[in-house]
Amino acid sequence: MTHLRIRTPEGVEFSLPLAGPVSRALALIADSLFIWCTMAFFGYLMMFLSVVSQDAAGTGMTVGFFLLPFAYLMSMEWLNRGQTIGKRLFGLRVVDAQGLKLRPAQIVLRNLLRAVDMLPLLYLVGGVACLATRRAQRLGDLAAGTVVVRNPKAARPDLDQLIGTRFNSLRAHPHLAARLRQRVPAAEAAIALQALVRREETEPASRVELFRDLADHFRGLVEFPPETAEGLTDEQYVRDVVDLLYRPRLAAPAPRPAEPVDDMAGTAG
Amino acid sequence: MILDLDKFLAEGRPHWHALEGMLDRLEAGAVLELDGARRIHWLYERASADLIRLGTFASEPETCRYLEALVARAYAEIHDTHSRTARIRPFHWVRRTFPRTFRRHIGAFWIALAITVAGMVFGGVATLVDPDSRHVTMPFGHDQMRPSERVRRDEESQRATGRDGPGQTSGHGSFSGFLMAHNTRISILTMSLGMSFGIGTIVMLFYNGIGVGAIAVDYILDGQGRFLAGWILPHGTIEIPAILIAGQAGLILGHAMLGRGSNLPFAARLRRIGPDVVTLILGVALFLVYAGFIESFLSQYHEPIVPYAVKIAFGLAELSALCAYLSLSGRTRGEPGDDPPTSTP
Repeated sequence: MTHLRIRTPEGVEFSLPLAGPVSRALALIADSLFIWCTMAFFGYLMMFLSVVSQDAAGTGMTVGFFLLPFAYLMSMEWLNRGQTIGKRLFGLRVVDAQGLKLRPAQIVLRNLLRAVDMLPLLYLVGGVACLATRRAQRLGDLAAGTVVVRNPKAARPDLDQLIGTRFNSLRAHPHLAARLRQRVPAAEAAIALQALVRREETEPASRVELFRDLADHFRGLVEFPPETAEGLTDEQYVRDVVDLLYRPRLAAPAPRPAEPVDDMAGTAG
Repeated sequence: MILDLDKFLAEGRPHWHALEGMLDRLEAGAVLELDGARRIHWLYERASADLIRLGTFASEPETCRYLEALVARAYAEIHDTHSRTARIRPFHWVRRTFPRTFRRHIGAFWIALAITVAGMVFGGVATLVDPDSRHVTMPFGHDQMRPSERVRRDEESQRATGRDGPGQTSGHGSFSGFLMAHNTRISILTMSLGMSFGIGTIVMLFYNGIGVGAIAVDYILDGQGRFLAGWILPHGTIEIPAILIAGQAGLILGHAMLGRGSNLPFAARLRRIGPDVVTLILGVALFLVYAGFIESFLSQYHEPIVPYAVKIAFGLAELSALCAYLSLSGRTRGEPGDDPPTSTP
């Protein structure tokens, strides 16, 4: 299972994407670094205190070093609604497994049980539990009834900037465009959009292959007349499909003769 | 689904933003009047309906995700009446919540005690039968010299220094801090190992018992029973029960993992006992802070500075007070009827 699905009494179902062990480990490393820096700073403070009283400095050092990690993790998760600095950096959040508010007892319990999750070393028990459980929970999460989710981003990509206002020959067939919108599931539309958004992150060869697969898939769903898509590269075809899916209300273009192939920075398949 | 998407989004956005604003204020601790509560409920229902309508529409996965996050936040606020700004009542927690929680799970405490006693018997018998086993059964340090030798050294040291304990001239604070941190760490581990279906907790309790039993028999056989009582009782009467309560919490966790005698699903069983486990371990931490002070500032003083009879009497008085507190504090006529599980002091 990759999502935490919750069905409300009103019959509404919403889902939150679960965080995997790798992103959680990275967040933990970031938190550990922060705790280590805080401890180092605290250690220097105690060194100054030792000028006044060695015993008091020793006590502060022993108790402080023991309490600091717990205090940091618990207070951050409570005050920042389930986010430590590491979790915020990697877009993660601790939430109640039933979608309700996090309670102090849950935060305390999940952090205390790190004692067993980190056994025998490097959170091996917790990591194995994450991989073995349905909701990617370590033992502390199981006991406390919490899960770690990826924080959903609410922002929409700027489609005008991404797709532009170039001519889209597929719009000349509104009935086929409507059929395409009907047949493409939300997840597939999102994949095509992400392929365009993250275009620059992919290697040229992989990019060509990715857009070829996507274009073939969309061509298989709805067949546009050959002359409409003639001369379009695979990437341009996907771009036009995304344009149709995400901007359905733009006016259909006036018919005009086929344009020369727009070279898409060498990504033609 | 036929949907005029632009019109739908244009109509919906102001309401979603209104809901988002109200949630921000609620999450910051604001309290709603009746009209505000009606308004947020209406906005929540509207956002939920929008989410359902939009859910099957291919072109709006981002808006769907946004609405899902919004509905999730609103759901938590509306369906969970628990307040984030609940009043902290430490006195009520100490007087009622902790002892009642302890009594509610008294069976697990007796089991923890029985396991520890079994470990003590094992450690004691091992020392009786095979004195060389002291290197295995006793914590490091205790196996290095005979008890009579240690008593002679400590008492001589106290005579010489007048007031300071063995090997330390002014480090009582550091020593007590070390004891608090170390014992609390052991207690947390004992409790946490309950997640191994209780097996880890049982092993920890038994192992602790072995050490205590082995040392006790070693001192008694060497004719140092009075020193032992004077040394252990002032802090041990709090520290050992604290470890037992940590074991109790671990056994509660283990029992919930096993689910024996319960029809509840796994997650619900753990959810039910979670607050009680936290209550118990917080109580343990408080006990260990106290025990750390006593061990450092009283237990390490021996005759001639503090007579053993005084230390033994002090320890017995503490034990009586602890028993009275755990068995009587917060008791009402309705027990074993329970407080609703609450954990935060």
